[in-house]
Amino acid sequence: MILRGKAWKFGDGISTDHVQPGKYFHLRGNLPELAKHVLEGAREDFPALFAPGDFVVGGRNFGLGSSREHAPTIIKLAGLGAVLAKSFARIFFRNAINVGLPLVICDTDQIQEGDELEVDLEAGIVRNTSRGAEIPFSPLPPFMVRILNDGGLFYHIRKHGDFQIE
Amino acid sequence: MGKTIAEKILSEHSGKDVSAGDYVVVNLDFMYMPDTSSPLTIDLLREFKMDRAQYPERTVFMFDHCVPAPRMEMANWHKKVRQFAEQVGAKVHDVGDGILHQVAAESYIEPGWIVVGGDSHTCTGGAFGALATGMGSTDLGVAIAQGKTWMRVPETLKFQVGGEMPRGVYPKDLILYIIGQITADGATYHAMEFCGSTIETMDMEGRLTLCNMAVEAGAKFGIVASDEKTREFLRTHGREKAYREVRPDPDAVYEKTFEIEATTLTPVVSHPHQVDNVKSIEEVEGTSIDQVFVGSCTNGRAGDLRLVASILNGKKRHPHTRLVVIPASRRVYLECLEEGIIKALVQAGAAVNSPGCGPCAGIHLGILGENERCLSTTNRNFHGRMGDPSSFVYLASPATAAATALHGKITDPRKVL
Repeated sequence: MILRGKAWKFGDGISTDHVQPGKYFHLRGNLPELAKHVLEGAREDFPALFAPGDFVVGGRNFGLGSSREHAPTIIKLAGLGAVLAKSFARIFFRNAINVGLPLVICDTDQIQEGDELEVDLEAGIVRNTSRGAEIPFSPLPPFMVRILNDGGLFYHIRKHGDFQIE
Repeated sequence: MGKTIAEKILSEHSGKDVSAGDYVVVNLDFMYMPDTSSPLTIDLLREFKMDRAQYPERTVFMFDHCVPAPRMEMANWHKKVRQFAEQVGAKVHDVGDGILHQVAAESYIEPGWIVVGGDSHTCTGGAFGALATGMGSTDLGVAIAQGKTWMRVPETLKFQVGGEMPRGVYPKDLILYIIGQITADGATYHAMEFCGSTIETMDMEGRLTLCNMAVEAGAKFGIVASDEKTREFLRTHGREKAYREVRPDPDAVYEKTFEIEATTLTPVVSHPHQVDNVKSIEEVEGTSIDQVFVGSCTNGRAGDLRLVASILNGKKRHPHTRLVVIPASRRVYLECLEEGIIKALVQAGAAVNSPGCGPCAGIHLGILGENERCLSTTNRNFHGRMGDPSSFVYLASPATAAATALHGKITDPRKVL
C-alpha cells in the first residue's frame, strides 16, 4: 500500500494530551466531533490546515502520556494518512495499530513542513518527492502488520477468532 | 540463564520459557478500567458482537476521572458502564470509591499477577511484584472478551538504590530524579525494576508512587520484588493469603543497571511542560503559585495527606494560593477522617473533594485559568494538561506541595520540616 500526502511537522514529545486535549473530554462519546479538534493542543489551527491523506510528522516519543485510544482514533477519523516519527510511546503505538492507523518509525529530520511524501508500507520506504530523498524504515513486527492489514485488532479477532501471533 | 521478574511472570503465564524479545499470549489475572476509556470499549465490544467477559470476576470498572459526574455526557457514560457491567457480571466501583489504581492496590492486585488496565498509570500495581500495564480501549475490550492479551517480553532496566533518603526527600523526588536522568523515553518498551536497600525499607505507599511514574519514562512495567512490606500491606488490607514471593533470579540479565545513592538526593521539581524537565528545588524556589493540588494515583494516599497536614500544622495556606486536596480512595478518606487529617487540612484552608482523579487530567475540580501556575503532586505537567493552554503545572512531592501552600511560592520543604 502506498500512501501519498503532505507533511505537517510537529516536534519531539507530542503527548496524547496534545492530540486530544483534556478540555474536550466530554466529546469522547462523539468521535467525529472530537476529531475536529485533532492535535489542537500542539497547534491550535491544525484542524483547519490539513487535507485528507496528509501526514503527521513528529520527532521523538510521539504519543507519550495517557492511554487514550481516542488520540490515534481521531487522527485516523480526521482523514490523516499516517503518523511518521523518530520513535513512538508504547501505548500509543499499540493503540494506533489496534485502530488501523499506520505508523512509520523513520528519520523525520529529512522531512520539512509541506514536503510531498509517498509512504510505501510494504517496501519500508518514505519517498520525499519534494526533496528527491528516500528514507528507509524498518517495517512493523509481522504480527502487528497482520493486525493493521486486518483493519485493527477487533477485525483481526473477528476474522481469526484469536491472536495470530506466530 | 537467570530471569528478571518480567521474564519469570511472563514465562509462568505463557507456559513457555521466554526471555526479552519474545512475543507471548498470556491469560490475564485482572482487567480494570476507568470511566474515561471504558465507554469506548463497551461501544466496540457491542459493535463487534463480543459484549461478554471471559472472566467476569476479574473484570472491574471504576469511576474516578469524572466523579461525581460534572457533565451530562459523563453521567451517561456512567449509566452505560453500570448497565454493561451488570450484563456481563463484572464489578463496578462507583462514584466515591476512589482512583482505579488505588482501589486496585487496596483490594485486588496480587504478587505474580499479570494485570492490564485502561489507563496509562496501571503500572502502579507493579509495586506488588506483579506485571501491570496500561493499554487502550481496544486492547482492554479484547482482553475482557477473550481473557487474554499479547505482549512482547520487555528488556529490563535495573535501578539499584542504596542508602537512606535525606530529610525532605521522598519517593516522589526519587522517581522524578530518575526520570530526569533517563528522560521521558529512557525506558520505552522496557520494564523498570527498582531494588536496593532504599527500596527494601520503603513502605508500599512509596513503592506505589515509584511504579506509578514508570510510564513517564516510557516503561511498560515498573516493578518492585515482593517482600515483608508487601505481605504487611496485604495483611492490613485483609488479603494476606494473596502473598507470594516474587523476586528476580540472582543471575538475571538486565539491559542496564543504574546505581543511585539515595543519601545524595535532594528535593526536586518537574518544571513545565515535560515530566523529565526536572530541576533542583533551588532552581525553581520562589516561583509564585496560584494553586497547590495534593492528590492523584501518584500521591493521594494517607501518608501523603498526613505529611501535608503535619507540615501545615495549624497554620493557614497563603492567601493567594488555593489548596485543593483529594484523597485517592474511600479507604484513604476514612483513614484521614478518623485521624483528624481532613479536619486539619480544611482548617488550614484546603478545599477537600471526595475521592477521584480531580483536576489531574484537566476534567474538573481545580482547572487552571490563563497563565496560572499549579504545584501538583500528580504525574504529568503537559502543556494545557490541567486547564488553560497558557497555564503551568509543576510536579513535586507532597512535602514540597505543603511548603508551597504555606508560602504561596515554590518552597524547599526542608525549611518547614
